[in-house]
Amino acid sequence: MPSHNTLEESTRSTAHDDDSRPMQLTLNVWRQAGPTEPGRFVTYQHQNVSEHMSFLEMLDVLNEDLILRGDEPIAYDHDCREGICGMCGMMINGIAHGPQRATATCQLHMRHFKDGDTITIEPWRARAFPIVKDLVVRRGSLDRIVEAGGYISVNTGAAPEANNIPVPKPNADRSFEAAQCIQCGACVAACPNASAMLFLAAKAGHLGLLPQGQPERYRRTVDMVAEHDKQGFGACTNMGECEAVCPKEISIDFIARLNRDLIRAKLTNPSGY
Amino acid sequence: MAIDSTTVAPPRIAPTMPRTRPFTEAPPDTLDSKIPEGPIDRKWELRQFEYKLVNPANKRRFKIIVVGSGLAGGAAAAALAELGFNVDCFCYQDSPRRAHSIAAQGGINAAKNYRNDGDSVFRLFYDTVKGGDFRAREANVYRLAELSTNIIDQCVAQGVPFAREYGGLLDTRSFGGAQVSRTFYARGQTGQQLLVGVYQSMCRQIGHGRIRMNPRTEMLDVVVADGRARGIVTRDMLTGEIRSHVGDVVVMATGGYSNVFYLSTNAKGCNVTATWRAHKRGAFFGNPCYTQIHPTCIPVSGDYQSKLTLMSESLRNDGRVWVPKTRGDKRSPAEIPESERDYFLERRYPSYGNLAPRDIASRAAKAVCDEELGVGPGGLGVYLDFSDAMRRLGVASIRERYGNLFDMYQRITGENPYEVPMRIYPAVHYTMGGLWVDYNLESTIPGLFVGGEANFSDHGANRLGASALMQGLADGYFVLPASVTDYLGRTKLDAVDENHPAFMDVEREAEHRVRRLLEIDGRRTVDSFHRELGKLMWDYCGMARNRAGLEHALSQIPAIREEFWRNVKVPGSAGDLNQSAEQANRVADYLEFAELMVTDALHREESCGGHFREESQSEDGEALRDDERFAYVAAWQYNGDGVPILHKEPLTFDNVHLATRSYK
Repeated sequence: MPSHNTLEESTRSTAHDDDSRPMQLTLNVWRQAGPTEPGRFVTYQHQNVSEHMSFLEMLDVLNEDLILRGDEPIAYDHDCREGICGMCGMMINGIAHGPQRATATCQLHMRHFKDGDTITIEPWRARAFPIVKDLVVRRGSLDRIVEAGGYISVNTGAAPEANNIPVPKPNADRSFEAAQCIQCGACVAACPNASAMLFLAAKAGHLGLLPQGQPERYRRTVDMVAEHDKQGFGACTNMGECEAVCPKEISIDFIARLNRDLIRAKLTNPSGY
Repeated sequence: MAIDSTTVAPPRIAPTMPRTRPFTEAPPDTLDSKIPEGPIDRKWELRQFEYKLVNPANKRRFKIIVVGSGLAGGAAAAALAELGFNVDCFCYQDSPRRAHSIAAQGGINAAKNYRNDGDSVFRLFYDTVKGGDFRAREANVYRLAELSTNIIDQCVAQGVPFAREYGGLLDTRSFGGAQVSRTFYARGQTGQQLLVGVYQSMCRQIGHGRIRMNPRTEMLDVVVADGRARGIVTRDMLTGEIRSHVGDVVVMATGGYSNVFYLSTNAKGCNVTATWRAHKRGAFFGNPCYTQIHPTCIPVSGDYQSKLTLMSESLRNDGRVWVPKTRGDKRSPAEIPESERDYFLERRYPSYGNLAPRDIASRAAKAVCDEELGVGPGGLGVYLDFSDAMRRLGVASIRERYGNLFDMYQRITGENPYEVPMRIYPAVHYTMGGLWVDYNLESTIPGLFVGGEANFSDHGANRLGASALMQGLADGYFVLPASVTDYLGRTKLDAVDENHPAFMDVEREAEHRVRRLLEIDGRRTVDSFHRELGKLMWDYCGMARNRAGLEHALSQIPAIREEFWRNVKVPGSAGDLNQSAEQANRVADYLEFAELMVTDALHREESCGGHFREESQSEDGEALRDDERFAYVAAWQYNGDGVPILHKEPLTFDNVHLATRSYK
């Protein structure tokens, strides 16, 4: 299991000081020109890193230098930079989203690194996530799983009055915990089997814990698992790496729940859905 | 530490003689807003009855192009596909579930009156018109309030895990600008949960083959053939391929333009390109100067800063905002005694105190920082202090209420807000302006419909909290499916394909432009131009605006634009993933759009909502509207190399009494 810092350990309680010296870092970054090109690590000396920068801002500054030097900047995905859109993600020293627990790459700050550190940066690596360029991968395979059944079939306009569907608060809260998944793919990147089972289980848990999700509960589970396998994700062997890197701290208990539903589906309707 | 140049107060510009007006005015009554006849509470019902329908068997013959997959675009795509139409949906992210609607924290308003606290459709309508400082169209706002209740039903049925009470029913909370509890929420991530609901509905239709989803595909232009919007030209962001997509109608829900300021709370990819290109093809732009500043954001920490992070304004329920009374007071906040602190919101607005509305709280923070009383790097921050609340309620109680926000603050700043006060500063957050649309959400280009933040329609000059999600979903689930169907039902469309000269021309222009950007090979990065523009806009067209500053900005923008096209450096090629080229294309459009935004701000010589003109304020610094001269929507027409043409849509208030907002 990767070792994580907790928030408390690694932050200061003093007021903001303005006189922090720039850090110097050595970066080993995976560069790959295109999907079929061979990739390799390229080493960069980064002389001008402030501890207040986010990890992506540190790369922004490096990219500005690369552009002015006439090199191509490092390609990486990012968008909201608030840890919610799930667009960003890279392996940082072998850990998906880096050393800070419950933190997406965009929310990781350089104060968690030390002057003189060497940092290795790689893309998500999984058969179902082919590399596009440098640190950018395709994650459409996750969308395919949802398209296979990760929804409740209700047409617009067909909904009953909202409070006609009471949901016990503990169920609603538990459902919400699963629904926090940002579909970043860190669970797949961290898994030795490149399994997307935590992602899938989160979707199945989110919908399956609600009364609205009951009519399609077992069909949904079976269909999503079939699509998961078809997309080339590996099988889950309960390693727990996914839970350790999940920026939303989604519990692998949801995988246990998924497995129960899957067995129940096979037993109650062996001919399939 | 190096301080961002954007954190230094702007130099004062000496007033100059007014130059010739940078726009011309169209004769009156050029705009038809197509508001239905009848009393306000029956308008939508009557309009829906007037709408033409399309025979179910014929629906599959139509193709609808939807640009954007956020709450408005995604909901419209799903709902139209459910009706039986073929939908082609486009987004620049790698999955439709990442659109920026996802970042909304607070909640969504709905007039359910579950609390029995006196809420109603009319009250939500009233609050929204008043909150918008009487610059929104009454009929649109009423429809929005009416649809709000259906939205909650729809979302619950989809499995959106809203917060609930122990009885299992939906919980609500209060939000700024309202005295009833009507905001439904899902902890601090209502936006993500609603968007996942939309995304799941889309996925169902994608699985059924009725939506064809095109992720990582950026719209470069809209194509108008024979007077109607008939498609778009896109760039495949992975292969660089530029190609046309033909449809029978185009729906754009491409979000706002806050990133014209470079630093904003928007996602990095949010851009004005789709709306600006549509504007250049004939869609009028409504009220571009209406931008919203959010008071509780984390301040800038350095010149590398790439974006700003908002924290829910619910923090102001228990935090007290203050600055030191003495300039240059370098003591740590704990060492500054009570008597040497200025709780300026409580002092200036005794009845609302720290809960004054967004625009008022933001300007007050700017005012104290302009007086060099601000705290933190560059003096651009004020304290938001929870120590009183922690003493009164206990640390555990504060942790329970705001724990996730405190964690977020600590993650970004490295400071522990349980021990030292937070520092906050206002940041650009939302844009009320957007493409002008009539009541049916159709722009001035026939067949081009616009939803969500991309249109100007429902928030007037200021949007209330928890109303953006409501508007996106009302447009997407309910208004667009009805009005787009009507358009297809009543319009005779000629056969058009990719070989139509209009498509060939636009495609060629788009290719030429990308090639040109790559060939300049100058000496400055795209980001450096974007920052320069952003600083100019923030300094002179930001929280407070005046004639001299706006004229100064107007004189500077063309120079930046000229240098951009001469000296920008875009590495790489056009034929693969090239994030610099994507960004260059967007910044090029911001450099044109900014001029229109400043022109609008200059022409509107009143203060209203998010638009504060220093010349139009009361003696104690409050905003002064000028209903005599400015109770209209400013809809701008593009005029090629000439100056833009202003069309006015007069606003009448038959149901809400025009009154001065007061929060004292």
